[in-house]
Amino acid sequence: MKEKSRKDCCLGVESTADDFSIGIATFDGKILANIIDPYVPPEGGIHPREAARHHSDVAADVLKKALADSGKKPRDLSSISFSQGPGLGPCLRTGATVARALASYIGIPLVGVNHCIAHIEIAKLVAGAVDPVTLYVSGGNTMVVAHEGGRYRAFGETLDIALGNCLDVFAREAGKRQEAGKPFGAVIERLAQKGKQLISLPYSVKGMDVSFSGLLTAATGLLKTGQHSLEDLCYSLQETAFSMVTEITERALAHTGKNELLLTGGVAANKRLQTMIREVAAEHSARFETVPSHYAVDNGAMIAWTGILAYTHGMVTRVEESYVRPKWRVEEVEIPWMK
Amino acid sequence: MDEIVSQVLVKKGAEANLYLADWHGRKAILKKRLPKKYRPSELDQRIRVYRTLHEPQLMHDAKEAGVPTPFIFSVNVKATTIVMEWIEGKQVKLSLNEINQEERGSLCFRIGQMIAKLHKKGVIHGDLTTSNMILNSKGSIILIDFGLGEKSQELEAKGVDLHLMKRALESTHYRFAKECYDSVIGGYRSISGSSELEKVLEKVREIERRGRYVAERKQENQL
Repeated sequence: MKEKSRKDCCLGVESTADDFSIGIATFDGKILANIIDPYVPPEGGIHPREAARHHSDVAADVLKKALADSGKKPRDLSSISFSQGPGLGPCLRTGATVARALASYIGIPLVGVNHCIAHIEIAKLVAGAVDPVTLYVSGGNTMVVAHEGGRYRAFGETLDIALGNCLDVFAREAGKRQEAGKPFGAVIERLAQKGKQLISLPYSVKGMDVSFSGLLTAATGLLKTGQHSLEDLCYSLQETAFSMVTEITERALAHTGKNELLLTGGVAANKRLQTMIREVAAEHSARFETVPSHYAVDNGAMIAWTGILAYTHGMVTRVEESYVRPKWRVEEVEIPWMK
Repeated sequence: MDEIVSQVLVKKGAEANLYLADWHGRKAILKKRLPKKYRPSELDQRIRVYRTLHEPQLMHDAKEAGVPTPFIFSVNVKATTIVMEWIEGKQVKLSLNEINQEERGSLCFRIGQMIAKLHKKGVIHGDLTTSNMILNSKGSIILIDFGLGEKSQELEAKGVDLHLMKRALESTHYRFAKECYDSVIGGYRSISGSSELEKVLEKVREIERRGRYVAERKQENQL
């Protein structure tokens, strides 16, 4: 007798930057699979085309693994969700192509998901957050987001480069290589722990926004003079940059009066940043929340889960409207699943 | 600081605490920048002293530019405190939601004029939000909280200032952010003139174009 298809889960495709990932989540919020395949460039930073090539090379394999992990068959899927933006154009297009192909092959709806919102939604699912102020810090994003008036709104963000990008570029300028399976920032974090002397570097907070480019230029400039140890420079860079994001996070917390503070994104793995954010949360009697690293970095599970939230609220994306949105802002997205 | 008789916490802000105080028989605000445990004490001290010193200077410069700000009574750099005039009134943040479209337009036009006057004198407020503007009983707008400000004649600084105003309107007054911002721009133009305004607006657009993805920008340049 033929087994009946249950259609109780959603498959999510994530490919905004250097990670290609597929996750599978059920309607009642169980994560059945979350396979992440990062692209590690042989040297230098991420070239979008090279990363996109990596994504298309590994897509079939990641899909097979995710289905195997979940124990589900394609016929069990209710919908296919994908990161529609923001992110790197070529990388986003690769993920979107995979998602469109799957959705039309199986004959189920496609759901375009905002990557930043997915980071918050997965934290709400796994860390029990309800209505937090979120500091989302990664290689491509730096923003303080909170839900207000029916939508997520960016209260503060970077005016130039992302926090993770600032740390990565500095590490590369210092001749460091990324360690396999670890974010580049881990190199800086380890060196910073040995730093003792705080070197004065530009501290740039503008309203609730921050700017890292001046800080990065000053730090790399000092690096080339050879006057300071790399440990002291890493320490000073981290302390200055983290103090800046912590300050704007505190401002957003005071401004919104919310009582939860969530830290997520690739840089959230940094213990020093966690300590700072935890202190600010305590100061304002807010609950500090963070997520395990496989849900903090870019991952397919968060796309699958947010896809379920959207799909169960009648939000589907027609194929002809499924073009990627590299600059998609959180304010543009309706959030019917929050009151 | 022994002149201060009573201290009642009025507002626990992110950057400083505000206390209601009595300064020689006058109702005053004591602004105290408290140490932040999360950052190293050297950095913390540097930031608090810098802001305590610069805020009164910028408030003075703003007055010279024709923008009302509270009067400074005393500054204690060591204790990182400033005692200033208490302003009786209502935050523009609250008033803006209670008035009609026409009144909103004229209020925002005046806000724009105020920003342009500051910029003309090279005063960058650094934190333009409707929480930092108080509408007093006489209908004047008093600008407060210059702690993140700076002196600059650079277009970049003016552009960021205006961009922050726009962002504040979008996040706090999302229902009528566009009309408010348009009125702010109108007010700014009436003081700065069209050609200066265009330069600043071009900068605002440039700031907005700066993506969060550096690699993407590089790639756009290649294509």
